[in-house]
This record gives sequence, structure tokens and C-alpha cells, in this order.
Amino acid sequence: MSVPHIPILRKGQIYQSLDVNRLMSVSGEQPAADISFACADMIRYDLRSMHEAREVLRKMKCADLIAITKQAGEYFLNDSLPIGLEGEMQTPDDYVMALASTSGLPHSLIRMNLKRLGGIFGQIEDILRGLTRGLDLDVIDQGYGEQGGAPVSYVAAADSLGVILPSNSPAVNALWIPSIALKVPVVLKPGREEPWTPWRVIQAFIKAGCPPEAFSLYATQHDGSGAIIRRAGRVMLFGDDNTVKQYEHDPRVEVHGTGYSKFLIGEDEIENWPDYIDSIVESVSANSGRSCINTSTIVVPKYGDEIARAVAEKLSVIKPLAQDDPEAKLSGFANPKFAEWINAAIEDGLKAGGATDVTAEFRDGDRFQQRDGMNYLRPTIVRVDSFEQELAVREFLFPFSSVVECPQAEMLERMGPSLVVTAITKDLGWINELFDCPHIDRLNIGNVPTNRIQWNQPHEGNLFEFLYTRRSFQIAASA
Amino acid sequence: MTADEAKQQLDDHLREIIHWHFSPETGCPFWLDWAQQAGWDPRQEIQSFADIVKFPHFQDEWLRDEPNERFVPKAYQFRPFNVFETGGTTGLPKQRVGWDDYKHDYEMFSDTLSDEFFPRGGNWIMVGPTGPRRLRLAVEHLANYRGGSCYFVDLDPRWVKKLISRKEYDQAERYQQHVMEQAVGIIKHRDIKCIFTTPKLLASIGERISIPGNGIRGCFCGGTSMTPEYVRFLQEEVLEDKAQFVPTYGNTLMGLAVSIPEELKANNYSVTYYAPQPRAVLRIVDGNDTEVTKGYGEYGRVELTTLSKEFFMPRFLERDEAIRRNPHEKYPWDGVGDVRPFGAMEKTVIEGVY
Repeated sequence: MSVPHIPILRKGQIYQSLDVNRLMSVSGEQPAADISFACADMIRYDLRSMHEAREVLRKMKCADLIAITKQAGEYFLNDSLPIGLEGEMQTPDDYVMALASTSGLPHSLIRMNLKRLGGIFGQIEDILRGLTRGLDLDVIDQGYGEQGGAPVSYVAAADSLGVILPSNSPAVNALWIPSIALKVPVVLKPGREEPWTPWRVIQAFIKAGCPPEAFSLYATQHDGSGAIIRRAGRVMLFGDDNTVKQYEHDPRVEVHGTGYSKFLIGEDEIENWPDYIDSIVESVSANSGRSCINTSTIVVPKYGDEIARAVAEKLSVIKPLAQDDPEAKLSGFANPKFAEWINAAIEDGLKAGGATDVTAEFRDGDRFQQRDGMNYLRPTIVRVDSFEQELAVREFLFPFSSVVECPQAEMLERMGPSLVVTAITKDLGWINELFDCPHIDRLNIGNVPTNRIQWNQPHEGNLFEFLYTRRSFQIAASA
Repeated sequence: MTADEAKQQLDDHLREIIHWHFSPETGCPFWLDWAQQAGWDPRQEIQSFADIVKFPHFQDEWLRDEPNERFVPKAYQFRPFNVFETGGTTGLPKQRVGWDDYKHDYEMFSDTLSDEFFPRGGNWIMVGPTGPRRLRLAVEHLANYRGGSCYFVDLDPRWVKKLISRKEYDQAERYQQHVMEQAVGIIKHRDIKCIFTTPKLLASIGERISIPGNGIRGCFCGGTSMTPEYVRFLQEEVLEDKAQFVPTYGNTLMGLAVSIPEELKANNYSVTYYAPQPRAVLRIVDGNDTEVTKGYGEYGRVELTTLSKEFFMPRFLERDEAIRRNPHEKYPWDGVGDVRPFGAMEKTVIEGVY
């Protein structure tokens, strides 16, 4: 296949920019795509008329959009879909190859994410039921109705949902897919190395019969992202702690930042710790440790050394393999400098004292490795002596976790905010404390790896409540 | 005019200007003292533009540190001068003295404008940095010269840059809104045919009202670099392909380098600017060896030489880079294309804030 040109989509209309950036493969040797870039002012202009796109979706029934979403999932998973400007088509295998070439992800992880995303489309009814707490979606169609015997009315809070996507994992696209069935058009800014997944999702939707107006896609520079963030009615963006802080008081903006997800074992279950090692290993390493739902801190009341060694030993077998090796579980870094920076940050943390790289004993070679022109970081477990150690609560873009000992009674107070907490315990008192803890976004009680999430529950905010506002509503009997 | 004739014209003009600035009867104290210290007489040694490299680069701090009076040629010593500023975001701005140059420059520029899109007698509006800038007087003179009057809405870029450097984006947006309200108010309620503004402000006005729909037929724009895609956006979407977009490149230290608006689309909106020779010359030089002129089609740093009786400024290195382009039959000397901030490909440069 020749190098495809990924154009801008302006309410579904293809626009080929004069500002074209060539996206190279991670190895830097092969061109992967030409990407049309949008200027910030163009985006501002387009956002003025996003109500037109919203109107197209508003006139449709949620039930029809749900059917379209389900069908789109099938197309996304199995069909050839358009890519580029010259009638080229992309098979699912082409998609895997393209994404692998620019992201460094092994094929096996991309296929896993492909299935995961396919699941989002397929489970759309269940997801909407969960997010709306069982609302009859006719209420969205009609604007009002009843829920639990009470009158309800919902109004869309925005004409569009802006999404500033990252490049780290295709699965993040799961977060915006339900917006279509909720009749809110999307304005997407793809990650620099990952235009492939949003483009393919959009094409699947369009093939399934969704009005193209529902989709705007702008590869753009920083100021273009800023235009989306400032002008879209609702915005979902991915960023670090600074970004989260910048928008913490802006109700229009939902920031998906670092997760600092944690795996906790209670005092009542700690003697059974070997039973949970596999679960911990999955929590740390699934999806090559690139997600906010990967465990980055393991908190236990005792046996910290033993647990760290057991997890480290299992993780040590994960190593750089050929991208098309079915056993590959570790992703290379699309930006090779990231691997160097992260490795240096970990080494600095170790030099500060109070921390030991337990994986070093089991690993063949260094943490930083190169293969096929890509930089890799081997999984790393660091045993730290307290929460104060600088590596205790850190999150990196590869399988990394600290192991810290802490009395159960102090865990919740000391561990800080967490996107996902898995707590291994049957202690009802502690379970109640966990439920009461305001700093836990998603809570798993029992042996559920932190990376296994159900999309019918809120994830860093409830998409339905983000997109719709409940208004007070009365209707006169004579009306 | 042929390229050879243009070269001859430039060389003749250069010798005349050099003679003017380095003769005790007509020159200014700054250049007379400079020649004395340099130990060579430019009147003897500068015979063609190729000799200009005998001068060192003009240093912008000279325009900050030297008293302005030292740049007054003897012939102008009894006329009060205008002070025009450029820069000034941090520290003292650069200042240039002047008398009639801006009039000459903008009359020359007027001769390049189309009467269809910039109708004689039509009123103008300038939306952008006024204050101590040459543009303020120049645009009004341009309007008057073409038989119209000019309305003004000011924007202080130094304040905007401060807001942005402090990350006070809300304040910056509110200030822009304040400027826009004034501009839109005038455009909607007065009979205006032509506008001068910066690219960003033009887009901002177009976000609020239809510019051609409110009677504007020509837009002369300058101030920041523009990618071809941005030029296309301004012409096709902001001006709706109904009003003419005329990009220019220039600053207080130069006149106006003009483009050829009617050829923009055919050139995929890649803009080439031609200096107002012989009054100013743009040369694309090797950033590491500035005596070397880059080849056609190559990017290099922009070097400006200004040659008027009011102001002599040899080899000033602009903070821009551009592609050296071939002469055009309308302007038979080198052009500079796709101007962008110097080092734009190596580092992030903050510009285009207004």
C-alpha cells in the first residue's frame, strides 16, 4: 500500500490541507502516512457551526444510533474501510501493521485493543444503561419522560464533545464512542503517532450509516488543541498532573490524567499473598503498562520483599520481541527519547536511596534495551521503604510498580488519589472505609486486576452526565 | 524593467545613498563617526551591492542605545523627526527616526494595489498595533493617498505578549474580545472598503462577521509569518474568496515587501515577497556564514538592507528565515518565500500572538 494521506474531517467533509506532516515509522526509516494539519483558526471557525452537526444527530432516534454503533463495531473489527484520499482500503490487518509502525505497539497488543474497542461498540446498550442508570432513551429523543416514576428532562450541555487524544493506547477511543449514540458530535484531535484508530472508528460509523456530520477530525498543533479545549462545549483531554490542575475548576473539561492505580492487600489476606501474584502481574503489565489503569503502586502490610521478588520474577520474562511475535507483550517507545528520560528518572530515584530495583536480579541485561530500531524499557519493580521515597507513587509509560509496606490502618490516608484500587480483603470494616474513601475513582473488592474495567460504569467522570444536564420539568395537564 | 536594469538601478541608488550618509555635508553623526573608526571610506569602496558585505551587520542595540539625534542626517537637522518603535516586549524598544520615508514607501505600495479591490476614495480601517509604530501613520497616509479616510482600533501587542507569558489566557482572550468589539462595531456601522490588520485579527473579525458581507473588498495584511495553508484559509474562508487578500512583509526598519496576490492560488498559497528595491534589499543568507547568499529554493536567514536618505541600515539580520525565490517579471530581483521565524524547525518560537 502506498503512503496514505489522512485528511482533515470537517463535520464529515474531507479537507486536504496544504500543511502536511509526514508521519514516519518508529524506526524512522519508512514513511507511514501523510497527515493534513489544520490551523487553529480553522477549527475555531468550524466550532461555530457545530450545532448543525448536533441537529443532524438530534433528529435521529437513540435506538437507531445504537444499532448503527453495534454495526460499526462489526465493521471496525472485520471489514476493509476507506483510508486516504485515493480510494484505498484498509483491512484489519493493515490497521494493525499501520498502528504498529508508528506506535511501537506489538501486534498482539493492538489486536487485544482492537477486540476491546469492538466490545465497546457491541456493548453500547449496556454501557448507556449503566451511565444513565437505566434511563429510557426515549427521554433523550423526546426531551422528557419518566425515570423511576419521577418526571425527568435532559438537555444536551454541548453541541460537540472535543477530545484531545493521546498516542499511548488505542483503547482510549472507547471513551468517546458512546457520545454518538447520545447524539453529541465529536471533534477529535488525534495523538501525533496515532491517527489510525480514530480514523478507522469514524469510517466504521459512517459505513454503518451514521451521518458523517457527526465527526470532525483535526490533526493540529498545540494552538489547535487549545482552540478545541477553549471552544468545544465539552472537552475530554489526556494529560499529566499539570494539565489536570489547569482545568480542575472548569466544568466543561474532563481531564484524564495519570491514574496512580494501586493494588492493596489487607491484613486479613496477606498470608495468602502468593494467590494474588498473577493478578498483580497482570495489573502492572497488561497493555504494556501504558494505561492509567495499570497498577503503579502495590501496598501491603508485610511481605513486601517477598511480593516484590515474586512479581519481579514473573515480569522478568517480558522482554522486547519482534513486533509480530504473538508472544510480544512489551511495546517500544514511539518517541525514543521518552525511554531515555524515564530510565534516567528511575535511576535518579534509585540513587536517592530507600529503593531497590528488584527486577534487576532476574532480568537479563539492562532495563533500557534496543531492538529493531526501537527503544524499550523492561518491566521494573522497585521495592521502596516508604511512601516518601520518590519512586513510591510514580507512573511511567511501561510496566512499572513500586512495592511499599504500610499498616492497613494508614493505607488510605497515605496512598493518595487513585484511579483504580483493587483491595484484597474480606474485612467488612475496611471495605466500608474503602467505599468511603473519596480519593478512589474505581474500586475493586477482591481479586480483580486493576486493568479489567467495565465500561458501563463511570470512568473519570460519567459521560452521560458530562454531556447532558437534567433540568426541572413540569407539564400542565392541559398541555 | 529587466533584471540587469534592476541591478543597475540598485547599484546606482546604493552609491548615491552611501555618498549621502558618509559625506560630512549630508551624513549623520552616527555613520560619520563609524567610518572614521572603521578606517575605510565606504564612498570609495562600495560600488555595487555585492560590496555591501564589507559592512558588518547593523546591530539592533544601536537603535536602543544611541541617542536618536545621532541618526539625523545633516539635511534633516532642522526638521523635527518622527520616532517609530519596533519590539519592546522586554526592555527598551528599538527606535528609528524618520520624516517622509513612510509616505514614499506606502505610495510605492499603493501603486501595486488593485483599484478593483482597494477602490479609490474608499475608506479604510486599521485594526492592530498603532501607538508609536510607523504603521499608524503609514496606513492613514495610504488611505488618504488613495482618496479615503482611515478608522483605527488599537491593539497593544506588548501587553498581549505579557499576558501570554504569564499564561493569563482568559485575560488575553478578553482583551482580544475588547478589540474585536470595537473593530466589528466600526466595520458594521461605517462605510469601509479596505482593511489593514494582522492575520490573526483578520481571522478573529471573520469569526464574528462576514467581512465581504460588510462591504470590505480588500485586505492588506502583515505582521506575522503565515503558512500557505493559513493564507489559503484567510483568502478562501475568512474573506470568502470575495475580498482580495494582500499579504506583505515588512517592519518599521524597512518599507513594505509586497506579494503578488493574483498569483497566490496558482502558487498553492505559498507567498513570495519582493522588497521595495532599490529603497530596501532582502537577501537570504547562510545562517552560519552570512556573507554567503543561499541558492534559489533554499531556506536561509533574512538579511535586510535599508537604503534611503533618511535611514541607512546595512545587513540587518531579521529574526526570520525564508526561501530565496527567483525574480518575477513585475519585480525583477530576488524574492523571499514562505517566511517563518528563524529556527522555527529547531525550536518553538512564540509569535503571532495578535
